[in-house]
Amino acid sequence: MRPFTYERARTPAEAAAAAKRHAGAKFVAGGTNLLDLMKLEIETPTHLIDVNGLGLDTLETTPEGGLRIGALVRNTDLAADARVRRDYGVLARALLAGASGQLRNMATTAGNLLQRTRCPYFYDTNMPCNKRVPGDGCAAIGGFTRQHAVIGASDACIATHPSDMAVALRVLDATVETIGPDGATRRIPLADFHRLPGDQPQVETALAAGELITAVTLPRPVGGAHFYRKVRDRASFAFALVSVAAIVQRDGSGRVALGGVAHKPWRVEAAESEMTKGARAVVARLLAGAKPTTENAFKLKLVERVLAAVLAEAKGARG
Amino acid sequence: MAGTAAVAVTSLTMISQAQPNANPAPAAALMKIAFTVNGTPRALEIDPRTTLLDALREELHLTGTKKGCDHGQCGACTVLVGGRRINSCLTLAVMQQGAEITTIEGLGTPEQLHPLQAAFVRCDGYQCGYCTPGQICSAVAMLSEVQAGIPSHVTADLNAPAAWSEAEVRERMSGNLCRCGAYSNIFEAIQTFAGKRP
Ligand SMILES: Cc1cc2nc3c(=O)[nH]c(=O)nc-3n(C[C@H](O)[C@H](O)[C@H](O)COP(=O)(O)OP(=O)(O)OC[C@H]3O[C@@H](n4cnc5c(N)ncnc54)[C@H](O)[C@@H]3O)c2cc1C
Ligand code: SF4
Ligand code: FES
Ligand code: FES
Repeated sequence: MRPFTYERARTPAEAAAAAKRHAGAKFVAGGTNLLDLMKLEIETPTHLIDVNGLGLDTLETTPEGGLRIGALVRNTDLAADARVRRDYGVLARALLAGASGQLRNMATTAGNLLQRTRCPYFYDTNMPCNKRVPGDGCAAIGGFTRQHAVIGASDACIATHPSDMAVALRVLDATVETIGPDGATRRIPLADFHRLPGDQPQVETALAAGELITAVTLPRPVGGAHFYRKVRDRASFAFALVSVAAIVQRDGSGRVALGGVAHKPWRVEAAESEMTKGARAVVARLLAGAKPTTENAFKLKLVERVLAAVLAEAKGARG
Repeated sequence: MAGTAAVAVTSLTMISQAQPNANPAPAAALMKIAFTVNGTPRALEIDPRTTLLDALREELHLTGTKKGCDHGQCGACTVLVGGRRINSCLTLAVMQQGAEITTIEGLGTPEQLHPLQAAFVRCDGYQCGYCTPGQICSAVAMLSEVQAGIPSHVTADLNAPAAWSEAEVRERMSGNLCRCGAYSNIFEAIQTFAGKRP
């Protein structure tokens, strides 16, 4: 690990201002992704700003009847909250499908959104990777691509976003609240938060340098049956090959977002008009233009089958 | 003779180049930190890069907590912070200022085993024993999570308390790998211990 200086920030404004003072600074929350990458010298911050003491660890009902989730709320506590379990089941399910009990006790809402890809070539510092070293090339293209993106990728990067939680937040139309280094706050819809790789795969989100996430807000509950189905190589403690987050209403209409297929949680609202026609119709539009490799083409069929199972279960539950 | 000198010079050059490369940046300034470990207040002056795991093992010589992967993937380093289980390899010691930490040494002693330690012995819940401290710390906190009504991936109804089942225990313990594959006896040990709880 490269040397760094360390400070504990006491307020969000103080944390954002500290990031402005130190060019190579990074915030640290649970530390479960950042420290992992710092040990491998993939992340090399020269200054760490500990945001655990900012008091951003509460859940509040909003005046509109939604939920405001503090940036530092731990994944375990978010999944266990009675309101989340009752009204936002897809979120509780997605959180519980991720990582391990120990990791969820540490992992935070903001850190989870900002976790970096699990592309094995990104992790292997002996291999070229545009995300790690811009302009270096991409070892995954032409390499072993079973886990990689099937849609929205570029010639520079075909990595996927590994978060389960983010897929549920996308289907729930969440909004990310931030404070910038100059103290200005803004709200970013989750749809615009994560970026596609394009020719700058190292730029993963809409956040500016030193911008701090303070909360994630959910709109009023939309009802319906909530599903998060994750398919992986082990029954537990593994990242998704594909995942399907869905909310299905009594009339069969609903929403769906996918994990494990793209550089961001993948949702195409126009495809949701096909929900009552079945999984094949939805997936035809949701994954239109997909460019899988021979190794990951199975993901297209898998997504369709998982969504079909979800829709069948929703129908069965409606009777 | 000339050849020997050349070799000597070459190796000297290599050494003088290797040294600054081995530690390119100036040593990080040490930081003062204080927390409680197994009920005892501890104060340390450490490099901010030190993980809680390394602080426990290398500074405090509490070597019961094990380092398996050092990347959150195996659970051997599991300790309790404020009663919650975490991977001590993925947090910095300086991030634990004021924390109350419990390691396997704080759960029981060879003279007075924690009931779960006793259950591991009785059920033969290990082979090499390397994962065992992590398994035990993890299981103790896992049972508190069940009692607190925290659901898991296999809990059928999110709005009801989780029922006790083998599937629940296995899912909740999936962050602790056992290289020896002693899983069935680990499960038996946890089951024995949990059965004794009121
Ligand atoms: C073995 C293993 C298995 C895992 N399996 C899964 C899985 O199956 N599914 C899954 O979804 N995830 C999984 N994870 C990833 C885990 O969910 C993330 O590591 C975790 O959510 C990151 O949160 P954190 O608080 O620890 O972030 P940190 O490591 O503290 O930070 C991550 C990033 O976020 C930035 N950051 C943190 N807080 C803020 C803030 N408030 N504002 C701005 N920037 C901020 C940091 O600077 C850093 O760049 C796994 C991790 C491990 C180690
Ligand atoms: S897919 Fe992206 S992350 Fe993986 S090697 Fe290529 S550039 Fe790097
Ligand atoms: S050593 Fe911490 S999880 Fe493996
Ligand atoms: S007993 Fe050897 S690793 Fe578990």
